[in-house]
Amino acid sequence: MNKNFSVSIALWTLTVKEIRRFLRIWIQTLVPPAVTMSLYFVIFGSLIGPRIGSMDGFDYIQFMIPGLIMLSVITNSYNNVVSSFYSVKFQKSIEELLISPMPNWVILLGFVLGGVSRGVLIGFIVFCVSLIFYPEFTVVNPALTILVLLLTSILFSLMGFINAVFADSFDDISIIPTFILTPLIYLGGVFYSINILPDMWRTISMANPMLYVVNTFREGMLGVSDVSIPFALGMIFAFIGILTGSCLYLLNKGTGIRQ
Amino acid sequence: MAFALEITDLKKTYPGGVEALKGISFSVNEGDFYALLGPNGAGKSSTIGIIGSLVTKSSGKVKIFDTDIDGNVEQAKMMLGVVSQEINFSQFEKVMDIVVTQAGFYGIPKSEALPKVESILKRLGLWDKKDVQARTLSGGYKRRLMIAKALVHEPKLLILDEPTAGVDIELRREMWSFLKEINENGTTIILTTHYLEEAEQLCRNIGIIDDGKIVTNTGMKDLLGSLNVQGFVFDLESPLSEAPSIEGFPLKLEDPLTLIAAVNKDRSINSLFELLSDRGIKVKSMRNEANRLEELFIEMVKK
Repeated sequence: MNKNFSVSIALWTLTVKEIRRFLRIWIQTLVPPAVTMSLYFVIFGSLIGPRIGSMDGFDYIQFMIPGLIMLSVITNSYNNVVSSFYSVKFQKSIEELLISPMPNWVILLGFVLGGVSRGVLIGFIVFCVSLIFYPEFTVVNPALTILVLLLTSILFSLMGFINAVFADSFDDISIIPTFILTPLIYLGGVFYSINILPDMWRTISMANPMLYVVNTFREGMLGVSDVSIPFALGMIFAFIGILTGSCLYLLNKGTGIRQ
Repeated sequence: MAFALEITDLKKTYPGGVEALKGISFSVNEGDFYALLGPNGAGKSSTIGIIGSLVTKSSGKVKIFDTDIDGNVEQAKMMLGVVSQEINFSQFEKVMDIVVTQAGFYGIPKSEALPKVESILKRLGLWDKKDVQARTLSGGYKRRLMIAKALVHEPKLLILDEPTAGVDIELRREMWSFLKEINENGTTIILTTHYLEEAEQLCRNIGIIDDGKIVTNTGMKDLLGSLNVQGFVFDLESPLSEAPSIEGFPLKLEDPLTLIAAVNKDRSINSLFELLSDRGIKVKSMRNEANRLEELFIEMVKK
């Protein structure tokens, strides 16, 4: 019998399992964002973009690139964790994890790292696709860009985890992404600067958390933002802290996973 | 003797008020092969679920080799392997990957796990299927895979929740032989099953649970010894038109060539043979009328 339990090997195993899962179904996980974003770049960037003109002093397609990368990163990080964790619940393979000596924080971290891996990989793929349509694109602040990319993936992986914990059916894992997450992202400045909105809508937009994520990322890539970057980063860190605490509380309590 | 499992006043009430366990206490000795029996809904799976951390207990204590599962949970879990009643692995992964991953969850590096996995898969007849997606396996092979997963970290205590449900007779016998072998090699085994013949064949001690309470917890021999009357089936050489009347031995003719006898525990079956022989009745072969444990089980859990 193995008397010593190695947390690092358990975490590595779970993370690799999660990465292997989304790579195994790459047609469903990696290809669709590349195809969808190519269509966005063709239609809104190359065809309609020139008629729109510039946005915050940038070509429209150039302005759109950070927003579309964030859109892909957010939805893929979220969907990876929500579908994977709900699947292990549905298939009962969650028992493999619960019976094992893995602490709850390792289980959470393993799933989050899986979501982050997919989010970052998708972000890279969409960025490569964007270079086909706008080869002269350069990243202004790579450190901030990578930091926001990672933080966003972590944040939405945690959200996906909570969704999966409470989900009782496959419908439950698509309701939040479809009816809450996607509208908030689209209205969070992916396609436009909130400076073009009337005062009232601009004020309302400030309550949309996606606005801070998208704009912080845009600050990293283009050096332009509608919001205060320190405030936005502070909010992202605060949300990650709150969501991590909530996930661990739910796991320790056994909500949705233990009878 | 050390206890492999010690359960004290274990209670479980599910949301909605269903009281699945009403304060059960029992212990299983190290090295034992123990049967935990009970009708559907008696509380067996709740008990196993609590031991395996799949169900949250309402109160009570569970110790695995003297380690409290509320204390050093990692140590307790390292000593425990559980084969659940339902299939609980990712159906889309390959057999080898599933078992190696399970080893990883117990902190065993892949390089160390591979030879162990090979040995277990070979022993369970799964080696030829190692590169096959689990969903394509037959029911019997899926059961074997569940056992392989539970054994990969070499647990000292193995709990099997109806491992042979839906498995054909040949495979069931193979599994019995495998379980006997690992028990002889030192692994304590707790088995729940609906096949009482299985429990009688394999287990040395037995606990019967009904309505959330332990009805009996004793040695298999002692329990079977408590049966007062045993039924025997005699296959006759020549047909009879009616059952002979022999005092002290109620006899019943099932068909012209099959005689059924109820033999009291304090009577010798040899005397019955003599009395039958005196009447010119020759017995070709003999067997137990029904599973003895089954009779006791029904008696104990009937309301």
